[in-house]
Amino acid sequence: MARGRCPFDPAPELSRRLREEPVSRVQIWDGSEPWLFTRYDDVRAVLADPRVSSDSQKDGYPQQSPGIKARRTRARSFISMDDPDHAAQRRLLTGDFMVKKVERLRPRIQKIVDDLIDEMLAGPKPADLVQAFALPVPSLVICELLGVPYADRAFFHRVSKVLVAKDATPEQSLTALEELLGYLGELVEKKLTDPGDDVLSRLAVEQVATGGMTADEVASMGQLLLVAGHETTANMIALGTTALLQNPDQLAAVRDGDDKLVANAVEELLRYLTIVHTGRRRVALEDLEVAGQHIRKGEGMIAAGEVANRDESRFPEPDKLDVTRKARHHVAFGYGVHQCLGQPLARVELQVAYRTLYRRIPTLRLAVPLDEVKFKHDMVVYGVHELPVTW
Amino acid sequence: MKVVVDQARCVGAGQCVLVAPEVFDQREEDGIVVLLDENPPADLHEQVREAAQVCPALAIELEG
Repeated sequence: MARGRCPFDPAPELSRRLREEPVSRVQIWDGSEPWLFTRYDDVRAVLADPRVSSDSQKDGYPQQSPGIKARRTRARSFISMDDPDHAAQRRLLTGDFMVKKVERLRPRIQKIVDDLIDEMLAGPKPADLVQAFALPVPSLVICELLGVPYADRAFFHRVSKVLVAKDATPEQSLTALEELLGYLGELVEKKLTDPGDDVLSRLAVEQVATGGMTADEVASMGQLLLVAGHETTANMIALGTTALLQNPDQLAAVRDGDDKLVANAVEELLRYLTIVHTGRRRVALEDLEVAGQHIRKGEGMIAAGEVANRDESRFPEPDKLDVTRKARHHVAFGYGVHQCLGQPLARVELQVAYRTLYRRIPTLRLAVPLDEVKFKHDMVVYGVHELPVTW
Repeated sequence: MKVVVDQARCVGAGQCVLVAPEVFDQREEDGIVVLLDENPPADLHEQVREAAQVCPALAIELEG
């Protein structure tokens, strides 16, 4: 559903459903009619229910688009598996994204952020904040973490864009996926004989070499981390900045606030913007009841986090951006066992990026009127395509 | 207040560590929750309740 006149709000139709029919059926692109959940409590209940499956191969699973359906039949990663398979794969990575380990990356992330701002300040005005800053920050970080050469970024930025485009055809989607899997598969093979200090090397040595996983399975995991690792944070940096520039008092609070306030602002921006805005998709494994509604086995379910995060029963004055709000219980990272694995990393990246950018460039402003900014209505992850800024 | 954690359910999201670092930690090798204090003092109760509330895997239970 397209977002409305305020580019930061959920689709008006979702807001209407939250008020008038919070549990309802919705027709999706293939003609099927999964259940749509909009209330905060119901969204959490659905996502935490072990009788509800994330397996996109199951009949009734509400596929996001023809392109995404096609690629999920080719490569499965743990986001589309149920436990115990999901837990077994996820646990291979939980150590890499744990809070303390990610905290150790903070100085390196700070250096990346500072260097990119130096470069932007030394370059021409206006600049596109997406290309100059928002995209390179998470891209550099996830490349270093995974052990993917950053020099190849033009290639994986291109294929990644296709993978999150709602209107990509099955052919385009599959071609992009094969290109990325082929590239990562070769990289994993190389790391088998010449491992470095990175996640793909560790998976190559511990899993592929011992027969625990195939190189193709590690490549599938790598593509999930690579795409998720930069499409999300990059959009949060650029869209968050757009929202703050429209709310100068909130931007000033972030710029002048202490670390605690900045961390709080990150939670509020995650809630307010909820960039994964096409619903978390599930299918019922058995008959069950949610909020008094009987759901039958095999029926599709969509938990709309972006509107659940605007549910006034959990967030008073939900449409207001208030960086001092207590918002940590938002569902922007999802909920249940599939909740985002990379969230500690995303938090640190966002804290460092927001904190440093507005402090170092206090005169930062849009170089075009807001209505000329192109928002990503066409992508499964919301954001801005470009953000012309000056200072 | 008595805190009980279920390491088998934990998915290593790390939310509890961010909310109440005096009470929860993560195992170095796999990020799974470690309980540091099963009877936290009263001034930490609010944080512990919040940690239990935001745990996506419902792996934290509070008694009393």
